[in-house]
Amino acid sequence: MVTQSVRSARGRAEVIIAATRGVGAMEEEMHTDAKIRAEIGTGCSPRGPGCSLRHFACEQNLLSRPDGSASFLQGVAEKSRERLIRNTCEAVVLGTLHPRTSITVVLQVVSDAGSLLACCLNAACMALVDAGVPMRALFCGVTCALDSDGTLVLDPTSKQEKEARAVLTFALDSVERKLLMSSTKGLYSDSELQQCLAAAQAASQHVFRFYRESLQRRYSKS
Amino acid sequence: MAAGFKTVEPLEYYRRFLKENCRPDGRELGEFRTTTVNIGSISTADGSALVKLGNTTVISPPTDAPDKGYVVTNVDLPPQCSWRFRSGPPGEEALVASQFIADVIENSQIIQKEDLCISPGKLAWVLYCDLICLDYDGNILDACTFALLAALKNVQLPEVTINEETALAEGNLKKKSYLNIRTHPVATSFAVFDDTLLIVDPTGEEEHLATGTLTIVMDEDGKLGCLHKPGGSGLTGAKLQDCMSRAVTRHKEVKKLMDEVIKSMKPK
Repeated sequence: MVTQSVRSARGRAEVIIAATRGVGAMEEEMHTDAKIRAEIGTGCSPRGPGCSLRHFACEQNLLSRPDGSASFLQGVAEKSRERLIRNTCEAVVLGTLHPRTSITVVLQVVSDAGSLLACCLNAACMALVDAGVPMRALFCGVTCALDSDGTLVLDPTSKQEKEARAVLTFALDSVERKLLMSSTKGLYSDSELQQCLAAAQAASQHVFRFYRESLQRRYSKS
Repeated sequence: MAAGFKTVEPLEYYRRFLKENCRPDGRELGEFRTTTVNIGSISTADGSALVKLGNTTVISPPTDAPDKGYVVTNVDLPPQCSWRFRSGPPGEEALVASQFIADVIENSQIIQKEDLCISPGKLAWVLYCDLICLDYDGNILDACTFALLAALKNVQLPEVTINEETALAEGNLKKKSYLNIRTHPVATSFAVFDDTLLIVDPTGEEEHLATGTLTIVMDEDGKLGCLHKPGGSGLTGAKLQDCMSRAVTRHKEVKKLMDEVIKSMKPK
Protein backbone atom coordinates (compact mmCIF):
# COMPACT_ATOMS: atom_id res chain seq x y z
CA MET A 1 0.00 0.00 0.00
CA VAL A 2 1.39 3.31 -0.94
CA THR A 3 0.53 6.67 0.52
CA GLN A 4 1.32 9.71 -1.47
CA SER A 5 1.80 11.91 1.55
CA VAL A 6 5.24 13.36 1.31
CA ARG A 7 5.67 14.21 4.93
CA SER A 8 5.17 10.75 6.26
CA ALA A 9 6.54 8.61 3.51
CA ARG A 10 9.09 5.97 3.79
CA GLY A 11 10.44 4.54 0.61
CA ARG A 12 12.61 1.64 -0.19
CA ALA A 13 14.01 0.46 -3.47
CA GLU A 14 16.10 -2.49 -4.29
CA VAL A 15 17.65 -2.00 -7.64
CA ILE A 16 19.46 -4.86 -9.13
CA ILE A 17 21.78 -4.72 -12.05
CA ALA A 18 22.50 -8.23 -13.26
CA ALA A 19 23.94 -9.86 -10.19
CA THR A 20 24.85 -6.71 -8.31
CA ARG A 21 22.12 -6.03 -5.88
CA GLY A 22 21.83 -2.91 -3.84
CA VAL A 23 19.01 -1.98 -1.58
CA GLY A 24 18.24 1.63 -0.98
CA ALA A 25 16.05 2.47 1.95
CA MET A 26 14.78 5.87 2.81
CA GLU A 27 13.33 6.99 6.06
CA GLU A 28 11.91 10.36 6.60
CA GLU A 29 9.50 10.76 9.41
CA MET A 30 8.08 7.31 10.03
CA HIS A 31 4.62 5.90 9.49
CA THR A 32 3.61 4.15 6.34
CA ASP A 33 5.78 2.03 4.15
CA ALA A 34 5.95 2.62 0.50
CA LYS A 35 8.08 -0.15 -0.74
CA ILE A 36 9.14 -1.20 -4.13
CA ARG A 37 11.45 -4.00 -4.85
CA ALA A 38 13.46 -4.51 -7.93
CA GLU A 39 14.28 -7.87 -9.31
CA ILE A 40 17.25 -9.25 -11.12
CA GLY A 41 17.65 -10.81 -14.42
CA THR A 42 19.39 -14.18 -13.90
CA GLY A 43 23.04 -14.29 -13.02
CA CYS A 44 24.94 -13.84 -16.25
CA SER A 45 22.32 -12.80 -18.72
CA PRO A 46 23.62 -11.67 -22.10
CA ARG A 47 23.71 -8.01 -22.86
CA GLY A 48 20.69 -6.66 -24.70
CA PRO A 49 21.10 -5.60 -28.33
CA GLY A 50 21.98 -1.99 -29.00
CA CYS A 51 22.93 -1.34 -25.41
CA SER A 52 25.91 -2.69 -23.62
CA LEU A 53 24.42 -2.39 -20.16
CA ARG A 54 23.64 -5.69 -18.56
CA HIS A 55 20.03 -6.65 -18.29
CA PHE A 56 18.32 -5.22 -15.31
CA ALA A 57 14.78 -4.87 -14.12
CA CYS A 58 12.89 -3.28 -11.36
CA GLU A 59 9.60 -4.63 -10.27
CA GLN A 60 7.37 -3.47 -7.51
CA ASN A 61 6.97 -5.93 -4.74
CA LEU A 62 6.52 -5.74 -1.07
CA LEU A 63 9.35 -6.31 1.28
CA SER A 64 8.04 -8.04 4.35
CA ARG A 65 10.60 -6.68 6.72
CA PRO A 66 10.45 -2.90 6.91
CA ASP A 67 13.47 -2.68 9.11
CA GLY A 68 15.76 -4.74 7.01
CA SER A 69 18.08 -1.92 6.16
CA ALA A 70 21.59 -1.62 7.47
CA SER A 71 24.41 0.64 6.52
CA PHE A 72 28.08 0.10 6.02
CA LEU A 73 29.90 2.82 7.81
CA GLN A 74 33.26 1.26 8.40
CA GLY A 75 36.29 2.09 6.49
CA VAL A 76 37.59 5.01 4.60
CA ALA A 77 36.50 3.68 1.20
CA GLU A 78 32.94 3.42 2.40
CA LYS A 79 33.07 6.93 3.84
CA SER A 80 34.21 8.36 0.58
CA ARG A 81 31.58 6.43 -1.36
CA GLU A 82 28.96 7.67 1.07
CA ARG A 83 30.05 11.21 0.55
CA LEU A 84 29.82 10.88 -3.23
CA ILE A 85 26.29 9.49 -3.05
CA ARG A 86 25.22 12.01 -0.44
CA ASN A 87 26.48 14.98 -2.39
CA THR A 88 24.77 13.74 -5.55
CA CYS A 89 21.46 13.39 -3.68
CA GLU A 90 21.89 16.81 -2.09
CA ALA A 91 22.33 18.37 -5.50
CA VAL A 92 18.99 17.09 -6.78
CA VAL A 93 16.75 16.99 -3.70
CA LEU A 94 14.76 20.17 -3.12
CA GLY A 95 15.73 20.53 0.50
CA THR A 96 14.04 23.89 0.95
CA LEU A 97 10.64 22.17 0.78
CA HIS A 98 11.49 20.15 3.87
CA PRO A 99 12.90 22.47 6.51
CA ARG A 100 14.13 21.03 9.79
CA THR A 101 13.99 17.55 8.31
CA SER A 102 16.68 14.94 8.02
CA ILE A 103 16.50 12.61 5.05
CA THR A 104 18.40 9.37 5.60
CA VAL A 105 19.22 7.10 2.71
CA VAL A 106 20.33 3.65 3.73
CA LEU A 107 21.98 1.41 1.15
CA GLN A 108 22.62 -2.27 1.78
CA VAL A 109 24.85 -4.19 -0.58
CA VAL A 110 23.34 -7.60 -1.11
CA SER A 111 25.95 -8.83 -3.56
CA ASP A 112 28.67 -7.19 -5.59
CA ALA A 113 29.40 -8.20 -9.16
CA GLY A 114 31.02 -4.99 -10.36
CA SER A 115 29.78 -1.42 -10.96
CA LEU A 116 28.85 -1.12 -7.29
CA LEU A 117 28.85 2.66 -7.02
CA ALA A 118 26.61 3.04 -10.06
CA CYS A 119 24.18 0.51 -8.61
CA CYS A 120 24.13 2.38 -5.30
CA LEU A 121 23.35 5.62 -7.08
CA ASN A 122 20.48 4.04 -9.00
CA ALA A 123 19.08 2.48 -5.85
CA ALA A 124 19.31 5.78 -4.00
CA CYS A 125 17.46 7.60 -6.78
CA MET A 126 14.67 5.03 -6.92
CA ALA A 127 14.31 5.09 -3.15
CA LEU A 128 14.00 8.87 -3.16
CA VAL A 129 11.37 8.69 -5.90
CA ASP A 130 9.49 6.00 -4.07
CA ALA A 131 9.44 8.04 -0.90
CA GLY A 132 8.03 10.96 -2.82
CA VAL A 133 10.85 13.32 -2.00
CA PRO A 134 10.67 16.32 -4.36
CA MET A 135 13.65 16.44 -6.66
CA ARG A 136 14.69 18.74 -9.44
CA ALA A 137 15.85 15.85 -11.61
CA LEU A 138 16.44 12.13 -11.49
CA PHE A 139 19.96 10.81 -11.62
CA CYS A 140 21.55 7.58 -12.63
CA GLY A 141 24.96 5.99 -12.26
CA VAL A 142 26.96 4.49 -15.14
CA THR A 143 30.37 2.82 -14.95
CA CYS A 144 32.89 2.63 -17.80
CA ALA A 145 36.05 0.59 -17.85
CA LEU A 146 38.97 1.23 -20.18
CA ASP A 147 41.21 -1.73 -20.80
CA SER A 148 44.83 -1.62 -21.93
CA ASP A 149 43.98 -1.29 -25.66
CA GLY A 150 41.67 1.61 -24.93
CA THR A 151 38.44 -0.32 -25.56
CA LEU A 152 35.49 1.01 -23.69
CA VAL A 153 33.33 -1.39 -21.72
CA LEU A 154 30.15 -0.11 -20.12
CA ASP A 155 28.90 -1.58 -16.87
CA PRO A 156 31.93 -3.84 -16.27
CA THR A 157 31.89 -6.99 -14.15
CA SER A 158 34.25 -7.30 -11.17
CA LYS A 159 36.76 -9.19 -13.27
CA GLN A 160 36.68 -6.56 -16.01
CA GLU A 161 37.12 -3.82 -13.42
CA LYS A 162 40.17 -5.50 -11.94
CA GLU A 163 41.85 -5.98 -15.28
CA ALA A 164 40.99 -2.55 -16.61
CA ARG A 165 43.48 0.25 -16.91
CA ALA A 166 40.93 2.77 -15.73
CA VAL A 167 37.44 2.62 -14.25
CA LEU A 168 35.24 5.71 -14.41
CA THR A 169 31.89 6.09 -12.67
CA PHE A 170 29.58 8.97 -13.56
CA ALA A 171 26.30 10.20 -12.17
CA LEU A 172 24.23 11.98 -14.81
CA ASP A 173 21.06 13.97 -14.35
CA SER A 174 17.91 13.29 -16.32
CA VAL A 175 17.18 16.82 -17.55
CA GLU A 176 20.26 17.71 -19.56
CA ARG A 177 22.52 14.70 -18.99
CA LYS A 178 24.90 16.94 -17.08
CA LEU A 179 27.68 15.43 -15.05
CA LEU A 180 26.66 15.44 -11.39
CA MET A 181 29.31 13.24 -9.91
CA SER A 182 32.40 11.52 -11.14
CA SER A 183 34.80 9.16 -9.46
CA THR A 184 37.66 7.66 -11.40
CA LYS A 185 40.44 5.20 -10.85
CA GLY A 186 43.48 4.78 -13.09
CA LEU A 187 45.16 6.81 -15.82
CA TYR A 188 43.41 7.94 -18.96
CA SER A 189 43.65 10.75 -21.47
CA ASP A 190 41.39 13.71 -22.04
CA SER A 191 39.89 12.30 -25.25
CA GLU A 192 39.18 8.96 -23.57
CA LEU A 193 37.33 10.85 -20.84
CA GLN A 194 35.13 12.60 -23.39
CA GLN A 195 34.48 9.26 -25.10
CA CYS A 196 33.43 7.62 -21.83
CA LEU A 197 31.26 10.57 -20.92
CA ALA A 198 29.48 10.43 -24.27
CA ALA A 199 28.95 6.66 -23.93
CA ALA A 200 27.66 7.12 -20.39
CA GLN A 201 25.24 9.81 -21.54
CA ALA A 202 23.88 7.48 -24.23
CA ALA A 203 23.56 4.62 -21.75
CA SER A 204 21.82 6.82 -19.20
CA GLN A 205 18.86 7.07 -21.56
CA HIS A 206 18.26 3.37 -21.10
CA VAL A 207 18.42 3.70 -17.34
CA PHE A 208 15.94 6.57 -17.28
CA ARG A 209 13.59 4.72 -19.58
CA PHE A 210 13.79 1.77 -17.22
CA TYR A 211 12.95 4.03 -14.26
CA ARG A 212 9.94 5.33 -16.10
CA GLU A 213 8.68 1.89 -17.10
CA SER A 214 9.09 0.42 -13.65
CA LEU A 215 7.27 3.32 -12.03
CA GLN A 216 4.49 3.06 -14.57
CA ARG A 217 4.13 -0.62 -13.83
CA ARG A 218 4.03 0.05 -10.13
CA TYR A 219 1.34 2.65 -10.21
CA SER A 220 -0.76 0.85 -12.78
CA LYS A 221 -0.92 -2.23 -10.53
CA SER A 222 -2.20 -0.41 -7.47
CA MET B 1 29.01 48.26 6.30
CA ALA B 2 30.41 45.72 3.86
CA ALA B 3 31.46 43.44 6.69
CA GLY B 4 27.94 43.56 8.10
CA PHE B 5 26.41 42.71 4.75
CA LYS B 6 28.88 39.88 4.29
CA THR B 7 27.89 38.27 7.60
CA VAL B 8 24.17 38.59 6.99
CA GLU B 9 24.01 37.62 3.32
CA PRO B 10 27.24 35.88 2.33
CA LEU B 11 25.91 34.48 -0.92
CA GLU B 12 24.54 37.80 -2.17
CA TYR B 13 27.75 39.54 -1.18
CA TYR B 14 29.63 37.01 -3.19
CA ARG B 15 27.36 37.21 -6.20
CA ARG B 16 27.97 40.94 -6.48
CA PHE B 17 31.66 40.26 -6.97
CA LEU B 18 31.10 37.40 -9.36
CA LYS B 19 28.94 39.61 -11.55
CA GLU B 20 31.96 41.82 -12.09
CA ASN B 21 34.03 38.73 -12.88
CA CYS B 22 36.27 39.00 -9.88
CA ARG B 23 36.49 37.78 -6.32
CA PRO B 24 36.59 39.52 -2.92
CA ASP B 25 40.32 38.97 -2.55
CA GLY B 26 40.94 40.69 -5.87
CA ARG B 27 41.66 37.61 -7.92
CA GLU B 28 40.25 36.84 -11.33
CA LEU B 29 38.02 33.82 -11.71
CA GLY B 30 40.80 31.79 -13.20
CA GLU B 31 43.63 32.94 -11.01
CA PHE B 32 45.41 30.91 -8.37
CA ARG B 33 46.63 32.17 -5.03
CA THR B 34 50.36 32.56 -4.55
CA THR B 35 51.90 29.16 -4.08
CA THR B 36 55.02 28.77 -1.99
CA VAL B 37 56.89 25.60 -1.19
CA ASN B 38 59.64 24.93 1.32
CA ILE B 39 61.46 21.60 1.03
CA GLY B 40 63.44 19.81 3.68
CA SER B 41 62.23 21.94 6.55
CA ILE B 42 61.99 19.05 8.99
CA SER B 43 65.44 17.63 9.63
CA THR B 44 64.29 14.65 11.69
CA ALA B 45 62.25 13.26 8.82
CA ASP B 46 63.67 11.59 5.75
CA GLY B 47 61.96 14.06 3.50
CA SER B 48 59.52 16.84 4.06
CA ALA B 49 57.81 19.74 2.43
CA LEU B 50 55.74 22.69 3.51
CA VAL B 51 53.31 24.05 0.97
CA LYS B 52 51.33 27.27 1.21
CA LEU B 53 48.50 28.04 -1.19
CA GLY B 54 47.43 31.50 -0.11
CA ASN B 55 46.59 30.86 3.51
CA THR B 56 46.18 27.10 3.27
CA THR B 57 49.28 25.44 4.64
CA VAL B 58 50.06 21.74 4.51
CA ILE B 59 53.16 20.04 5.80
CA SER B 60 54.29 16.55 4.83
CA PRO B 61 57.10 14.63 6.52
CA PRO B 62 57.12 10.95 5.37
CA THR B 63 58.76 8.38 7.65
CA ASP B 64 59.69 4.85 6.73
CA ALA B 65 60.11 1.32 8.03
CA PRO B 66 61.16 -1.88 6.30
CA ASP B 67 58.22 -4.18 5.92
CA LYS B 68 56.32 -4.44 2.65
CA GLY B 69 56.75 -2.07 -0.23
CA TYR B 70 53.85 0.30 -0.13
CA VAL B 71 52.89 3.84 0.71
CA VAL B 72 50.53 4.66 3.53
CA THR B 73 49.02 8.09 3.48
CA ASN B 74 47.13 9.93 6.09
CA VAL B 75 45.69 13.40 5.94
CA ASP B 76 45.25 15.07 9.27
CA LEU B 77 43.01 18.08 9.73
CA PRO B 78 43.61 19.03 13.36
CA PRO B 79 41.37 21.48 15.22
CA GLN B 80 43.95 24.25 15.12
CA CYS B 81 43.74 24.60 11.37
CA SER B 82 40.14 25.69 11.31
CA TRP B 83 37.06 26.25 13.47
CA ARG B 84 35.35 23.60 11.38
CA PHE B 85 37.24 20.67 12.87
CA ARG B 86 36.96 19.28 16.38
CA SER B 87 39.47 17.06 18.14
CA GLY B 88 38.81 13.32 18.23
CA PRO B 89 38.61 10.69 15.50
CA PRO B 90 39.25 11.96 11.96
CA GLY B 91 36.21 13.61 10.47
CA GLU B 92 34.77 12.89 7.06
CA GLU B 93 36.75 15.64 5.37
CA ALA B 94 40.06 14.18 6.55
CA LEU B 95 39.07 10.65 5.53
CA VAL B 96 37.95 11.71 2.09
CA ALA B 97 41.19 13.65 1.61
CA SER B 98 43.24 10.61 2.74
CA GLN B 99 41.40 8.41 0.29
CA PHE B 100 41.95 10.95 -2.46
CA ILE B 101 45.71 11.14 -1.86
CA ALA B 102 45.96 7.34 -1.70
CA ASP B 103 44.12 7.16 -5.04
CA VAL B 104 46.40 9.75 -6.60
CA ILE B 105 49.48 7.79 -5.59
CA GLU B 106 48.06 4.55 -6.89
CA ASN B 107 46.58 5.92 -10.10
CA SER B 108 49.45 8.12 -11.23
CA GLN B 109 52.08 5.62 -10.14
CA ILE B 110 54.41 8.27 -8.75
CA ILE B 111 56.62 5.53 -7.43
CA GLN B 112 56.66 1.93 -8.44
CA LYS B 113 56.22 -0.42 -5.53
CA GLU B 114 59.11 -2.46 -6.93
CA ASP B 115 61.44 0.48 -6.30
CA LEU B 116 60.60 0.23 -2.65
CA CYS B 117 61.70 -3.39 -2.47
CA ILE B 118 65.05 -4.06 -0.85
CA SER B 119 65.21 -7.80 -1.13
CA PRO B 120 62.44 -9.62 -2.95
CA GLY B 121 60.25 -11.62 -0.64
CA LYS B 122 62.06 -10.46 2.46
CA LEU B 123 62.44 -6.76 2.90
CA ALA B 124 60.87 -3.66 1.48
CA TRP B 125 60.25 -0.07 2.43
CA VAL B 126 56.96 1.24 3.73
CA LEU B 127 56.57 4.95 3.29
CA TYR B 128 54.35 6.64 5.78
CA CYS B 129 53.22 10.00 4.47
CA ASP B 130 51.45 12.20 6.95
CA LEU B 131 49.95 15.35 5.60
CA ILE B 132 49.14 17.75 8.37
CA CYS B 133 47.15 20.83 7.66
CA LEU B 134 48.36 23.80 9.63
CA ASP B 135 45.93 26.32 8.27
CA TYR B 136 42.74 25.56 6.38
CA ASP B 137 41.53 28.12 3.88
CA GLY B 138 40.02 25.96 1.17
CA ASN B 139 41.51 23.89 -1.62
CA ILE B 140 43.03 21.32 0.68
CA LEU B 141 43.34 18.68 -2.04
CA ASP B 142 45.60 20.76 -4.27
CA ALA B 143 47.85 21.72 -1.37
CA CYS B 144 48.08 18.11 -0.15
CA THR B 145 48.95 16.73 -3.57
CA PHE B 146 51.64 19.34 -4.03
CA ALA B 147 53.05 18.77 -0.53
CA LEU B 148 53.13 15.04 -1.12
CA LEU B 149 54.96 15.42 -4.39
CA ALA B 150 57.47 17.86 -2.95
CA ALA B 151 58.12 15.64 0.07
CA LEU B 152 58.56 12.54 -2.05
CA LYS B 153 61.08 14.35 -4.20
CA ASN B 154 62.93 15.22 -1.04
CA VAL B 155 62.90 11.75 0.52
CA GLN B 156 66.28 10.10 0.90
CA LEU B 157 66.30 6.45 1.80
CA PRO B 158 69.41 4.96 3.39
CA GLU B 159 70.89 1.99 1.62
CA VAL B 160 69.97 -1.27 3.29
CA THR B 161 71.93 -4.49 2.87
CA ILE B 162 71.16 -7.85 4.35
CA ASN B 163 74.00 -9.33 6.32
CA GLU B 164 74.61 -12.88 5.05
CA GLU B 165 75.50 -14.35 8.42
CA THR B 166 72.96 -12.81 10.70
CA ALA B 167 70.22 -12.42 8.04
CA LEU B 168 69.46 -9.04 9.54
CA ALA B 169 69.09 -5.82 7.71
CA GLU B 170 71.76 -3.24 8.12
CA GLY B 171 71.14 0.30 7.15
CA ASN B 172 73.95 2.45 5.94
CA LEU B 173 72.93 5.92 7.02
CA LYS B 174 75.86 7.55 5.33
CA LYS B 175 74.79 6.46 1.90
CA LYS B 176 71.37 7.76 0.97
CA SER B 177 69.61 7.86 -2.34
CA TYR B 178 66.62 9.72 -3.65
CA LEU B 179 63.40 8.03 -4.65
CA ASN B 180 62.69 7.48 -8.29
CA ILE B 181 59.73 9.74 -8.99
CA ARG B 182 58.15 8.73 -12.27
CA THR B 183 55.37 11.19 -12.78
CA HIS B 184 54.40 14.53 -11.31
CA PRO B 185 50.69 14.66 -10.73
CA VAL B 186 49.30 18.09 -10.00
CA ALA B 187 45.79 18.70 -8.71
CA THR B 188 43.63 21.63 -9.80
CA SER B 189 40.43 22.34 -7.92
CA PHE B 190 37.42 24.29 -9.09
CA ALA B 191 34.28 25.45 -7.34
CA VAL B 192 30.95 25.69 -9.14
CA PHE B 193 28.63 28.57 -8.36
CA ASP B 194 24.94 28.68 -9.20
CA ASP B 195 25.39 25.92 -11.77
CA THR B 196 27.22 28.16 -14.19
CA LEU B 197 30.31 29.94 -12.97
CA LEU B 198 33.51 28.04 -12.45
CA ILE B 199 36.24 29.48 -10.27
CA VAL B 200 39.67 28.10 -9.67
CA ASP B 201 41.40 27.53 -6.31
CA PRO B 202 38.48 28.29 -3.96
CA THR B 203 39.15 29.76 -0.51
CA GLY B 204 37.42 28.36 2.57
CA GLU B 205 34.48 30.73 2.27
CA GLU B 206 34.08 30.11 -1.44
CA GLU B 207 34.01 26.37 -0.87
CA HIS B 208 31.33 26.84 1.74
CA LEU B 209 29.16 28.91 -0.59
CA ALA B 210 29.77 26.89 -3.71
CA THR B 211 27.15 24.54 -5.10
CA GLY B 212 29.74 22.02 -6.22
CA THR B 213 33.45 21.28 -6.46
CA LEU B 214 35.66 19.52 -8.98
CA THR B 215 39.26 18.38 -8.71
CA ILE B 216 41.35 17.24 -11.67
CA VAL B 217 44.70 15.52 -11.22
CA MET B 218 46.90 15.70 -14.27
CA ASP B 219 50.42 14.57 -14.99
CA GLU B 220 52.87 15.74 -17.63
CA ASP B 221 51.60 13.74 -20.61
CA GLY B 222 48.16 15.21 -20.22
CA LYS B 223 46.96 12.00 -18.67
CA LEU B 224 44.38 12.31 -15.95
CA GLY B 225 44.97 10.49 -12.72
CA CYS B 226 41.71 11.45 -11.15
CA LEU B 227 38.54 13.36 -11.90
CA HIS B 228 36.98 13.87 -8.52
CA LYS B 229 33.59 15.46 -8.52
CA PRO B 230 31.66 14.60 -5.38
CA GLY B 231 28.14 15.62 -6.39
CA GLY B 232 27.03 19.20 -6.61
CA SER B 233 25.57 20.99 -9.61
CA GLY B 234 25.92 19.46 -13.03
CA LEU B 235 28.60 20.27 -15.58
CA THR B 236 28.36 19.99 -19.33
CA GLY B 237 31.07 18.40 -21.45
CA ALA B 238 32.20 21.80 -22.73
CA LYS B 239 32.73 23.19 -19.22
CA LEU B 240 34.71 20.08 -18.39
CA GLN B 241 36.93 20.76 -21.39
CA ASP B 242 37.67 24.28 -20.10
CA CYS B 243 38.65 22.82 -16.75
CA MET B 244 41.00 20.40 -18.46
CA SER B 245 42.87 23.16 -20.27
CA ARG B 246 43.15 25.16 -17.05
CA ALA B 247 44.52 22.06 -15.32
CA VAL B 248 47.16 21.66 -18.03
CA THR B 249 48.40 25.25 -17.54
CA ARG B 250 48.40 24.82 -13.80
CA HIS B 251 50.49 21.68 -14.12
CA LYS B 252 53.12 23.59 -16.05
CA GLU B 253 53.23 26.37 -13.43
CA VAL B 254 53.57 23.97 -10.54
CA LYS B 255 56.19 21.84 -12.24
CA LYS B 256 58.28 24.91 -12.94
CA LEU B 257 58.04 26.03 -9.32
CA MET B 258 58.99 22.58 -8.11
CA ASP B 259 62.00 22.32 -10.42
CA GLU B 260 63.27 25.72 -9.30
CA VAL B 261 63.05 24.77 -5.66
CA ILE B 262 64.75 21.42 -6.19
CA LYS B 263 67.54 23.07 -8.15
CA SER B 264 68.10 25.60 -5.41
CA MET B 265 68.44 22.76 -2.91
CA LYS B 266 70.94 20.60 -4.73
CA PRO B 267 74.24 22.11 -3.46
CA LYS B 268 73.41 20.96 0.13
